[in-house]
Amino acid sequence: MSRPTPIPTPTEQPFYDACQRGELLLQHCDHCEHVVFYPRTHCDACQGDALSWLPASGEGTIATYTVVRRGVSADFPAPYIIALIDLAEGPRMMSQIIDADPETVSSGLSVTVDFESWSDSIRLPVFRLL
Amino acid sequence: MRGQFALTGMAESAVGVVPDKSPRELCVEVTLNAVKDAGLTLADCDGLITCNAFAEPILYHAEAVAEYLGWQPRHCVTVNTGGGTTFMAINMAAAAIAAGMADTIVVAMADSLRSFMTRDQAMVVQSSSGHPHYEQPYGPTVPAYYALIARAHMDRFGTTEAQFAEAAVSCRAWANQHPKAQKRELITVDDVLQSRPIADPLKVLDCSLVSDGGAAVVITRRALAQEGPHKPIYILGYGEGHAYEHISQAKDLTTSAAVLAGDAAYAAAGLTPEQIDLMQLYDCFTPALLIQLEDLGFCRKGEGGEFLASGVTRPGGSKPLNTHGGMLSHCHPGNPGAMFGLTEAMLQMRGAAQDRQLADIQTTLCHAQGGIMSSHATLILGVEETL
Repeated sequence: MSRPTPIPTPTEQPFYDACQRGELLLQHCDHCEHVVFYPRTHCDACQGDALSWLPASGEGTIATYTVVRRGVSADFPAPYIIALIDLAEGPRMMSQIIDADPETVSSGLSVTVDFESWSDSIRLPVFRLL
Repeated sequence: MRGQFALTGMAESAVGVVPDKSPRELCVEVTLNAVKDAGLTLADCDGLITCNAFAEPILYHAEAVAEYLGWQPRHCVTVNTGGGTTFMAINMAAAAIAAGMADTIVVAMADSLRSFMTRDQAMVVQSSSGHPHYEQPYGPTVPAYYALIARAHMDRFGTTEAQFAEAAVSCRAWANQHPKAQKRELITVDDVLQSRPIADPLKVLDCSLVSDGGAAVVITRRALAQEGPHKPIYILGYGEGHAYEHISQAKDLTTSAAVLAGDAAYAAAGLTPEQIDLMQLYDCFTPALLIQLEDLGFCRKGEGGEFLASGVTRPGGSKPLNTHGGMLSHCHPGNPGAMFGLTEAMLQMRGAAQDRQLADIQTTLCHAQGGIMSSHATLILGVEETL
């Protein structure tokens, strides 16, 4: 067993390629300027199919979070912190808050992106308290 | 559609730990017993709708159950939308009858998360509802998804962990009066708060059970409903709401599409929340129950905690809720979980709920949801006098 690891589709590949080099990319709709996450073929605001990859700031705030006390499997030693992050550009994403004392985490705190290896070819965005 | 279709038969298997029958065998058992309860034989029924089982997945599940019984129903279909499946399946049955595809349909569901899967398998299978690329890699559990919602409700409305705990205490008080419930010993708010942490702020007693069990109902057109041995229970209204699939895509963490489902069902039934005698809601986790009370109009948004803490939902209270004990205390075999809210509603409206029987239940609102408060189905039922 190991942690579940994405096998990127061609649409998603630019996102994971950027993660691999330590950069967070988000799709911006050429038609309505909506910022899209997760990666898609169509904008989830206007259904337009022209989306451009642009670098994100990597800054965000914690919308909500939980300290998982019973891990989903042996690959996830508890406790660990799962949060929904509101990115500065608008989209919300699920991630982990790493290297934080659970007692110091609360909603509304500012966080910044980092990247952690999930496999030889996949790094995923995680977040640290600012 | 109001009053045009009725539930005329019901059956529940043993629930909790039921190792002697496979999910398919439980489904067969409740199918036959529901048909018998309706005063019919299989030959009188011409439709079957089932839901797949995690512990024994079958590609064409409904066909396999019919085949097992040597039955060739004219209409035979498997549905799978998670917990919301239950009442969506009831509506699909009514729609199929309206479309002339069948006259009398059995809706049957069973699963055995407790005895036919390991605890770890059950956990992994259920958490696979998360997005495979943008949620599951981070290790969320199903309780963790609901914990994210619980925390958001606490942050926004000041709801407390003790108020969530009240939901578990209320359901357990009802289960205490149900001879077949999986967990019957009374608990206090303190017991819930002191129970094992699972995903903050949720403790193990905030989480529904892991169970085996199955239940089935028979639905038919009004003209055929009078012939059975029991009071027909009529469908007064139904509604659905679909907001998203994955919790990280929710636009609003503290108000769900139960609002849409409820509004549609109330409009179809011509009823308001004040006119509902019994609530049978989807209590997979205590915060889900609290938010449904708000979204379905039984209290105002943000006041679900106070509503539960007031004790009105407990035995003796003016707003009875989940009188079988819910999935928190009666049983939760996965997708079939809400079936027991429906069969309990039928028992209460028939006047056959034994020691926990309430006086004069004429209307019941049943609610189920799938995913992480993602998809919702509301079913409003009434006795003959409400038509």
